Amino acid sequence: MMPLPHPNADSRAYWEGTALGELRYQRCSDCGHAQFPPRAVCLRCAGALQWARSAGQGSIHSYTVVARAPSAAFKSAVPYVLVLVDMDEGFRLLLTLRDPQTAPTIGQRVRVVFESTEDPAICLPQAVQDGD
Amino acid sequence: MTHRHSALLSGVGNTRVGALPEASCLGLHAQATQGALADAGLSLRDVDGVICAYSFVEPYPMLSSVFCEYMGIQPAVTFSLQLGGATGATMIMQAAALVEAGYARHVLCVTADNRLSGMSRDGAVAALAGFGHPEFEVPYGLSIPAAYALVAQRYLHETGATVEQLAAIAVQHRAHAALHPDAHQRTPITLDEVMHSRTIASPLRLLDCCLISDGGAAVIVSAADTAADLRAPRVRLLGAGQGHTHEHLIAAPSLTDFGCKQAAARAFARAGVKTTDIDVAEIYDSFTITLLVELESIGFFQRGEAGPAAARGELGLNGRLPCNTHGGLLSFGHSGAAGGMFHVVEAVRQLRGECGARQVRDAELAFVHGDGGVLSAHCSLVLVRA
Repeated sequence: MMPLPHPNADSRAYWEGTALGELRYQRCSDCGHAQFPPRAVCLRCAGALQWARSAGQGSIHSYTVVARAPSAAFKSAVPYVLVLVDMDEGFRLLLTLRDPQTAPTIGQRVRVVFESTEDPAICLPQAVQDGD
Repeated sequence: MTHRHSALLSGVGNTRVGALPEASCLGLHAQATQGALADAGLSLRDVDGVICAYSFVEPYPMLSSVFCEYMGIQPAVTFSLQLGGATGATMIMQAAALVEAGYARHVLCVTADNRLSGMSRDGAVAALAGFGHPEFEVPYGLSIPAAYALVAQRYLHETGATVEQLAAIAVQHRAHAALHPDAHQRTPITLDEVMHSRTIASPLRLLDCCLISDGGAAVIVSAADTAADLRAPRVRLLGAGQGHTHEHLIAAPSLTDFGCKQAAARAFARAGVKTTDIDVAEIYDSFTITLLVELESIGFFQRGEAGPAAARGELGLNGRLPCNTHGGLLSFGHSGAAGGMFHVVEAVRQLRGECGARQVRDAELAFVHGDGGVLSAHCSLVLVRA
């Protein structure tokens, strides 16, 4: 069994978004701060948060090719590429880089795609190299 | 400079480290405690404070109460503390605060776990992966080594450091462990062996990663005015400090600068010393990259200079900054919270001049650092030979 997220009051809108093919993030309506992971308050000014839609584009901040699985669920998946992605709107995600056509590099442009999971309510965002 | 009012690190002990299938987790706690008490010249009834950490193998929600029951003691103060790899150093900081405030005279700080024999390797790796964010990291298969690999890749990119320099750290640590009779891995290794060990998460290979060991360590922290009751009242805590920036990797403000910078700055300021005063450093080394980024973030080396320094042997016993003289987590061993406590134990022995073949000459001032999570929680200590 793959470990899947259990949405809570902070994260529910994010996972409802991914199920619709939308990448959402929190933006403060008072100071404009973009933040991830979702929280109950704005970290910068404690102001009111609203959900914004990301264009799903970003750059690789760092990457690794995982050869040793963290649990039985990932044994058939290795090797896989994990990327930290700086999204253009100013927040950072950890994603899997699917089907890389070239070796990943820091600074490389990627875009987000959505993958269904064993749980019909959960779609996981993943990354592909831009231009795919 | 007098340190009459600073807490004493009055006794240290460690069990053997490695595969110890004959020992329970609480039994290892007891062994480490007996070693520290004998070293201090104290008996269990002198202990009026007890700080424990946590165990994966025996995950009690109230470990310190369970330990006190196991030992048959009723201390005036006890609690358990969880800060990952920063736990050991933080226990010392808290114990010192207790004795300096007068709540206790002799505080036992004891850590142990038997992850090697008490759980499967897969079980230990899976338990560690639980440190990840349950919604935004764990579903992606982010292991602890993968999280550090993301730090390493970014660090190599920003500094131009090389995997050979990472490997040099592993080789140096093994050379130190070879000089310690209790170390888990004492067989020398070469750069080539490190760089051709199997990949765990690129650029980190097996020998860039710490061990999984059974073992325990204990340190007794005593009030300054108990010196006359002690066998070797020679090491004092001159300063301590913490730094905290995040827990999960996705929330880290930087992948090359961490809370070790604030922790060390606070500890140095309190101690009234600076990096160049330090004679020996025992710094958390869960991976080769951990030590490298911390050496620079703390300020022992300029950005990009720690890797070349490691390759030149400057972290060795006769180098510019002798570092992890017991072999660290990479080669001495890593048994949960005891992993970081081994660094404290070694620092005390270095300052007392008890380290034989691995002794740093004239060591008077030691720096100890622990970090927990993915370079998330940090605690630094400055110890002095009084």
